[in-house]
Amino acid sequence: MRTLRRVTVTAAIGLAVLLSAGQLASAQIKIGSVLSVTGPASFLGDPEKRTLEIYVEEINAKGGVNGQKLQLIVYDDGGSADNARTFATRLIEEDKIFAMVGGSTTGATMAMIPAFEEAKIPFISLAGAIQIVEPVRSWVFKTPHTDKMACEKIFADLKTRKLTTIAMISGTDAFGKSMRDQCVAVAPKAGITIAIEESYGPRDSDMTPQLTNIKNKAGVQAVVNPGFGQGPAIVTRNYRQLAITLPLYQSHGVASKQFIELAGPAAEGVRLPAAALLIADKLPANDPQKAVVVNYSKTYQQKTGQAVSTFGGHAYDGLMILVQAMQRAKSADKAKVRDEIEKTKGYIGTGGIVNMKPTDHMGLDLSAFHMLEIKGGDWTLVPGT
Amino acid sequence: MRTLLDTRLLPAIAVAAIVIVLPWFFPSAFYYRIGALVFIFALAVVGLNLLMGFAGQVSLGHAGFLGIGAYSVAIGPVYFGMPSWLSLFAGAVLSGLVAFLVGRPILRLKGHYLAVATLGFGLLVAIVLSNEAGWTGGPDGMSVPKLTLFSWSVRSADAWYWIAGTTFVGGFILALNLMQSPTGRSLQAIHDSEIASLVLGIDVASKKLTIFIISAMYASVAGSYLALFNGHVTPDVAGFLRSIELVAMVVLGGMGSIVGSLVGAIVLVVLPQVLTVFHEYEQALLGLIVMVFMIFLRRGIVPSLAAILQGWRK
Amino acid sequence: MAELLQFVFSGLTVGAIYALVALGFTLIYKASDIINFAQGEFVMLGGMMTVFGAQAGLPLPVAALLAVILTTAVGLALHRFAVAPARGATPVALIMITIGASIFLRGVAQIVFDKRFHSLPSLFGGDPIKFGGAAILPQSLVVLASATIIVVVLWLFIDRTMLGKAVIATAANRLAARLIGVDTRSIVDFSFAVSAAIGAIAGILITPIALTSYDAGTLLALKGFAAAMLGGIGSAPGAVVGGLLIGMIEAMSAGYFSSNYKDAVAFLIILVVLIFIPQGLFGRAKVERV
Repeated sequence: MRTLRRVTVTAAIGLAVLLSAGQLASAQIKIGSVLSVTGPASFLGDPEKRTLEIYVEEINAKGGVNGQKLQLIVYDDGGSADNARTFATRLIEEDKIFAMVGGSTTGATMAMIPAFEEAKIPFISLAGAIQIVEPVRSWVFKTPHTDKMACEKIFADLKTRKLTTIAMISGTDAFGKSMRDQCVAVAPKAGITIAIEESYGPRDSDMTPQLTNIKNKAGVQAVVNPGFGQGPAIVTRNYRQLAITLPLYQSHGVASKQFIELAGPAAEGVRLPAAALLIADKLPANDPQKAVVVNYSKTYQQKTGQAVSTFGGHAYDGLMILVQAMQRAKSADKAKVRDEIEKTKGYIGTGGIVNMKPTDHMGLDLSAFHMLEIKGGDWTLVPGT
Repeated sequence: MRTLLDTRLLPAIAVAAIVIVLPWFFPSAFYYRIGALVFIFALAVVGLNLLMGFAGQVSLGHAGFLGIGAYSVAIGPVYFGMPSWLSLFAGAVLSGLVAFLVGRPILRLKGHYLAVATLGFGLLVAIVLSNEAGWTGGPDGMSVPKLTLFSWSVRSADAWYWIAGTTFVGGFILALNLMQSPTGRSLQAIHDSEIASLVLGIDVASKKLTIFIISAMYASVAGSYLALFNGHVTPDVAGFLRSIELVAMVVLGGMGSIVGSLVGAIVLVVLPQVLTVFHEYEQALLGLIVMVFMIFLRRGIVPSLAAILQGWRK
Repeated sequence: MAELLQFVFSGLTVGAIYALVALGFTLIYKASDIINFAQGEFVMLGGMMTVFGAQAGLPLPVAALLAVILTTAVGLALHRFAVAPARGATPVALIMITIGASIFLRGVAQIVFDKRFHSLPSLFGGDPIKFGGAAILPQSLVVLASATIIVVVLWLFIDRTMLGKAVIATAANRLAARLIGVDTRSIVDFSFAVSAAIGAIAGILITPIALTSYDAGTLLALKGFAAAMLGGIGSAPGAVVGGLLIGMIEAMSAGYFSSNYKDAVAFLIILVVLIFIPQGLFGRAKVERV
């Protein structure tokens, strides 16, 4: 019995030590983050985490912010919104963070918002959907373009090609579903008719039945595929397998070189809206974003040995917007920093040029998106976009 | 000591004491949150343990009922104007009804076949929740209105700690009593040998169905609590991984041990928080720890430790 | 007509993948009554090891062979160090061990490899074979053929060799098998090793179609398990038929009904089949002794 008690006491002490290990260095400014480092959304969370780590280190090497070093605390929600909520509480109550940059998915972000709103802590989300910033919440911001903008960009390109009747095949995952909803919502205003809709599971290995139905639908002039992960690569392959010749549009969800590797020759001719980051080396020298995106992609590739994705770029933008706001506020007061984030003007990031307003907590417009076409196994800029 | 241990009330008093004493050691609201999560999951696990540990029926789809409960308190107030507490009851009744309809045909299946059938049921619930975006908000989920009791809006972690703790103690006592009842005894007979029970004149099918319905209602209430506590719900709550997690809590704590249900929930709720210090190794370690527990305490933590203690006393 | 044919082709492609994964479940179950939930991770390891071997400069066949050998070793280790020490534990506890193993293997894979998606080149190129207005990738036929070959080999092995008979004896009654001189532990060792090898081969062959990543195993295991149960667990032909059936149902419901609900339709049909045939299509009923 005594042995058992000793074991329990030791275990309890061990637990307490482990839990408090992160709290020793307290003279620093703590930046919290909850990311989907593992799980189905890990290809978002993984580059985001690496990016935050690289740049927090770099900022500290240069002396930190306002003379104070940053300390980054990252938790992995494994893709679960419930876990994200628990870690949000931990960041607020235990780690006592100053600000939050994170939330890889919309589900996780939405689950965490009430916690940060209540605690009055600035929260810059890295997730896509529009409901994060609409309606505007005073402490919540986001860096990625919304799905709605991607739809509008695609529809605008369709219009210039005089294509008005489309088919849509979307993933049933959160990203695909959310973008699909936005596309359906803005289609009438853009003068686009969606003649047929299909979907596929995020882990499916063959989409030819859905594509056959699209192929056989009369009047379809182009196909749009909202989705991320492996789905779009397989859709693109199956598309060529069935020898469908209509123009195929992917979304900003496939925005990394990996898509071209996975889809192979089938990717030729595919168009998609994406941030300048993907075509860093192809931007004209006078492009305002040129320096930022070239710098980021060089640094990221050097430190990780992997190709850049726009997802890591969102994390870069989130961190930099926060850091610059802290420098402008010249104080460690959360409310002042929040006000400064809201006043962000002309910030040149990987995702575009950010101009926030009290009514707009994202601050990006359609100019942030470029229309790309895959040619010769590489991204090319569609002229005039 | 021996007589005290044998009384039925002792475990219940001990658990109630834990619920009351624990907060004295909580340094922050985060610990209240973890505590509340432990009791919420423990509630679902007690229900599942009745099914698995006492009736010997595996369910790999129990998160489906968690999901029904969770979405009831999300959809009820928003679309039907029902107060949260009423939605919670409605969810529990709905879960019981679904369990009745699903349970009748599939509980005839044995062992792994029952496992795959329940797994299919859980997946069906998750797919519906994810697809019917008009009602559920789709894969991104929907926000859940706060629970309001007598114009008191329940939001803080400590309030939820007390609500979940109290409910868990209630569910715990109910389960203990159930096990001592004639139904409980016939269930254990079914666990030991279904054929023998049949021969003895036990209505095996209806007993199994009863316990399936009860365990579904436990899960449903837990799901409602989880959704109300988090203020947001996504279809993950009904997912396959959640079902596996619940089964893991039952098995880790000890099948057939109601106290074990609490221990299993504690281990699997607290462990991921502790393992965060290991960063990228946290997943691998979690898997390793589950394996080690099952190899060395194969009957589950509580029954195995009890057996070891018994051995020492002799 | 062409569309029906295309749906059939899709069903065969997906079904062959499920069948190949399902086959891995049968041998371990036959020898030890264990459902090995780490089977999906064997599939993942086969694919990922080949990808990373090839990236490290190994010729593809060498990388593939190495992947099969290493995965087999992992399978063996799983039995030796995790399943065998828990001898006598309840079936649910043993399943829990394999679930722990699957979390562990996934956790290790994300550190050793990476978290991105990967592909492998097809055996006979990526140009589809056109037939009656529909198109199928040659790799799908490779997967289908491999599943068939594995079934035949397993059948020959179990019915025609002493070792195979020992597996059956072990499955039927472990104590009795040991009494007649069967080294039951080695038999189960062997079944884990072979199942791991089947999983690795599956992983290598399906990656050109389905792609792979460190967490590809979870869903494959789920579908493979369902396929094995639908066919009747322990029966190799059952696993293949179960896999093809599920693939076919998914393709047909995606084509004719609703792509949103194709997985739901598949599981609904599994439920209905099991309600009417509780041992699965090719399974044998177990008689409970009192």
